[in-house]
Amino acid sequence: MFHIYCPYCEEHREEEEFHPKGQAHIQRPADPEACSDEAWGDYLFFRDNPRGVHHELWVHAVGCRKFFNITRHTVSYEILETYKMGEAPTVTAKSVSEKDKQAGVQAATGGWQTVGARPESEALNDASNQGARV
Amino acid sequence: MSQVNRLSQGGRIDRSRQLHFTFNGKPYVGYAGDTLASALLANGIDIVNRSFKYSRPRGIVAAGAEEPNAIVQLGSSEATQVPNVRATQQALYEGLTARSTNGWPNVQRDLMGMVGKLSGTFMPPGFYYKTFMAPASLWMTYEKYIRKSAGLGRSPTEPDPDSYDHINQHCDVLVIGAGPAGLAAAVTAARNGARVILCDEQEEMGGSLLDSRELIDDSPAVQWVDRVIDELAAMDNVTLLPRTTANGYHDHNFVTLHERCTEHLADSAPASGSRRQARSRMHRVRASQVVLATGAHERPLVYANNDVPGNLLAGAVSTYIRRYGVAPGQKLVLSATNDHAYRAALDWREAGREVVAIVDARANPQGDLVAKARTLGIPIITESAVIEAKGAERVSGARVAKIDATRFTVAGEVEELACDTIASSGGYSPVIHLSSHTGTRPTWRDDILGFVPGEVKGLTSVGGARGVYPLDDVIRDGIDGGRQATQAAGLDANAVTGLVPQVSAREDGAACALYQVPHLKPSMRAPKQFVDLQNDVTAAGIELATREGFESIEHVKRYTAMGFGTDQGKLGNINGMAIAARCLHRSIPEVGTTVFRPNYTPVTFGAIVGRHCRDLFDPERYTALHQWHVEQGAEFEDVGQWKRPWYFPRTVNGKKETLHEAVARECLAVRERVGILDASTLGKIDIQGADAREFLGRVYTNKWAKLAPGRVRYGLMCKDDGMLMDDGTTSCLGENHFLMTTTTGGAAGVMEWLELWHQTEWPELDVYFTSVTDHWATMTVTGPDARKLLAELTDIDLDKEQFKFMDWREGTVAGVPARVFRISFTGELAYEINVQANYAMHVWTALFKHGEKYDLTPYGTETMHVLRAEKGLIIVGQDTDGSVTPEDLGMQWAIGYDKPYSWIGKRALSRSDTRRTDRKQFVGLKPKDPKVVLEEGAQIVFDPNQSIPMSMVGHVTSSYYSPTLGHGFALAVVKGGHERMGETVYLPMVDGKVHEAEIVSPVFLDPKGERQNV
Ligand SMILES: [Zn+2]
Repeated sequence: MFHIYCPYCEEHREEEEFHPKGQAHIQRPADPEACSDEAWGDYLFFRDNPRGVHHELWVHAVGCRKFFNITRHTVSYEILETYKMGEAPTVTAKSVSEKDKQAGVQAATGGWQTVGARPESEALNDASNQGARV
Repeated sequence: MSQVNRLSQGGRIDRSRQLHFTFNGKPYVGYAGDTLASALLANGIDIVNRSFKYSRPRGIVAAGAEEPNAIVQLGSSEATQVPNVRATQQALYEGLTARSTNGWPNVQRDLMGMVGKLSGTFMPPGFYYKTFMAPASLWMTYEKYIRKSAGLGRSPTEPDPDSYDHINQHCDVLVIGAGPAGLAAAVTAARNGARVILCDEQEEMGGSLLDSRELIDDSPAVQWVDRVIDELAAMDNVTLLPRTTANGYHDHNFVTLHERCTEHLADSAPASGSRRQARSRMHRVRASQVVLATGAHERPLVYANNDVPGNLLAGAVSTYIRRYGVAPGQKLVLSATNDHAYRAALDWREAGREVVAIVDARANPQGDLVAKARTLGIPIITESAVIEAKGAERVSGARVAKIDATRFTVAGEVEELACDTIASSGGYSPVIHLSSHTGTRPTWRDDILGFVPGEVKGLTSVGGARGVYPLDDVIRDGIDGGRQATQAAGLDANAVTGLVPQVSAREDGAACALYQVPHLKPSMRAPKQFVDLQNDVTAAGIELATREGFESIEHVKRYTAMGFGTDQGKLGNINGMAIAARCLHRSIPEVGTTVFRPNYTPVTFGAIVGRHCRDLFDPERYTALHQWHVEQGAEFEDVGQWKRPWYFPRTVNGKKETLHEAVARECLAVRERVGILDASTLGKIDIQGADAREFLGRVYTNKWAKLAPGRVRYGLMCKDDGMLMDDGTTSCLGENHFLMTTTTGGAAGVMEWLELWHQTEWPELDVYFTSVTDHWATMTVTGPDARKLLAELTDIDLDKEQFKFMDWREGTVAGVPARVFRISFTGELAYEINVQANYAMHVWTALFKHGEKYDLTPYGTETMHVLRAEKGLIIVGQDTDGSVTPEDLGMQWAIGYDKPYSWIGKRALSRSDTRRTDRKQFVGLKPKDPKVVLEEGAQIVFDPNQSIPMSMVGHVTSSYYSPTLGHGFALAVVKGGHERMGETVYLPMVDGKVHEAEIVSPVFLDPKGERQNV
């Protein structure tokens, strides 16, 4: 059972108080009518399944009812970071692999991803995006 | 029979307290301080079970959690039966009643033994694997047979009289295991001010020190144990949990501890009057740091007939002699690969019994214990091992030979030594089960011939659990680990330093690697060499698995069942991997290890469930009118957590109405006069803000821009895939204020859905949501006389032109502030009266006082369902299942295709899949035979003569008998149903009958809606 730090309540609470809501940073296309069936299907149904760093949307369902993001390692289940809606993560697959490289750790790259899944959005690694809703 | 194997002195038992117990119906006597296992051995009981697959007689092998054979069924009464109890872990108490689990019909003359002998191939290795590949129907037959004969134990058939507790705990440092390492770690952390929980699975804390020969600070080690425990017990920041097993190590240092509070006292918790102590307690511990001090399990050697009773672990022999004053035989042969095992021979000799020989696999064993054995004149046979045990129901001899471990051959003449006990030790395996629960792979270490825990965040392993074995090192390791954990928990660990106790140093020689002992014959033809005694897995079985191409240890495990079930590979795992490695010409780490899973040892369902049973199984929600319904004798239905009146049976001429009779009466009352429903469970969400209207327009499929205050609209809510997720009415209370209703079951989900969209996609919208479900009670007054009745109680103008269908008004009802909504889920004239929940009973009883002359009839959910179905009104979740669009339902009238914002679900409605014309569409079905009520869920076909498998084109979603229409009717989804009005479909039933029905409009009654508009 996870022990989750709610960035709004500013304390650790038990997983029972939270609901997972799937992959984070899935943005609804601004003009759905302009989307092809394929693009719309990708938004609706396709999600990443990385072996490693994963950004997830959670809600503190029986606490403050706020949605927020968790960056979690899908192998160790370690929670690397939690951050509010509208904030960009400071820990990403890219930053972790760079850190590992510096430390001389050979990390498995790529991992298993679903067909059609997007690579980690570059926007997540762009510090100038701080504060932008991604 | 007296206690033939009980020594005249020694042990930690209380010889002044005799305890009586029965095993397989026979009475025996033991002492306080015994385990069931030590008492059985004291009484000379050799056979405790028959084995799982081959039905061979089995005796006690170990003295702790790793015991594979002595698994008993406990309980003196039917209600207190407990399966899967290890006799080695069960304290003896007065009146204990135990039975063998595997014996069928009894352990001495066992029928399955005959089956095993007659057809040796009845269950070959790979049996499970192959059986699962066979037709599933065969498995049913096998399973019945296996379950009957195999020792899986049984659950009680009567209610458990005991209660069980759960408790949430937090601590800085959780220390698992109170042996030398755990005690040292706990006292170090505690002296530095950490909040410490120390748990240990045994009756007494102290671990290996309870039967140790060694001295600490020049005194017997147990005196140090007593001192440390006294110190810990006196500290406020320490919780000591003896008889407590850490059974599961979960994410983020969440550990479940199972404390057996009274299981050492009786098979049911002691009671005083009507109060009964909790039998066990599950501690749900969130620890900042965990110290794993679980020690190591000794590995037996794998030799022929190593399962005959009288074959024990060397360490178990020492434990029984030194801790329980029991020598389980007269003449011992010890087969060993390491110095530590020599304790067994020394203890045996000191107990006054004969040590026939120590057979050591090493060429030149050197060490203090070896020297001691030599001094005592015990014969030591080197470079050799016991290759086979002789005897059927008890060891009668040991065949000993020189062996070449690297070439895996017998290298000399075989000598047979007469003995009744063989103790073996192939080294030690750190108990890494808990660290493996987290998903971390353990690491092999050649120097200790064992796996040690992998890296887990927040975990420190100490002592035997990480392969540190000499006592002085173990204690130092415990102190270091305790300090590390304290610092990692954010505390200063140098504030207090205790003295490191002085341990008399002991020189141990190096151990050698030996797992399976070679035999004169190859494994396949030698007498059985058991690897996993509990699951009857042999060395030959593992060889067979590798020959059949199973290379992954996980596959070998599934092929052979090694380490399955309650055993979790405690004794056999490493030996099994070593054999697989030998056959595959790989090293043990290359073969890898299997994953251990919770629970470490079996936990009863009672302990897992705790108080979450019976009345407390799940919260129940009651409406404000619940008491009235109970008093009226309503039958209830569960809707989510709500208890809703299902129907209100009346007693007519001394006979209580059936469901069918009550519903027919309730339906007609609504259609002909007036009925009342408690609709308080409907979800209610108060929505406010300048952008509330805009928000509604985005989450509902229909239009909200022009809904004026005082008006109500029905709305459909889709997911973005275009599938319907909920429906309900929303009323405009003011320009920026709305009240949304949801289905009873969907309320919480809709609330979260609205928050999701507001918080993640449209945070710029000014809108707020508040759940007000419990604040308002809702009473639906419906039927032709509804207006007349309500008029007697309200100041609201009910004139049909002033207060139209889909209007709402504020006023008073029965003198109480109320909102009245003119909406209808029955097709009749209807008023939904909402009042503050605490006024509900007053209004409800006032309605009945005035309603008596109209024969006001309360109705329940069943009648509500029939009435709405007659009108073709859907229930989300019953008529829809997450794959139905509003268009499939024929509800295009509720879709705002031209709304400016691309509302949730809109884009999906133009995907190629949602545009298919052969989608399952919502229709009515009228059975050709008016007496037939179709089965809900029944499959629909177009061609009843098609051969099986038939093309299924839809199914019945709702079906009732309509007392108003006088025939059965149904709602259904049918492929392309909207274009098939008037066509006949067929419903083949399980009994071979085929019903015929006509596709009709889902609106069976009053298609123009005139009745609700009166
Ligand atoms: Zn929160």
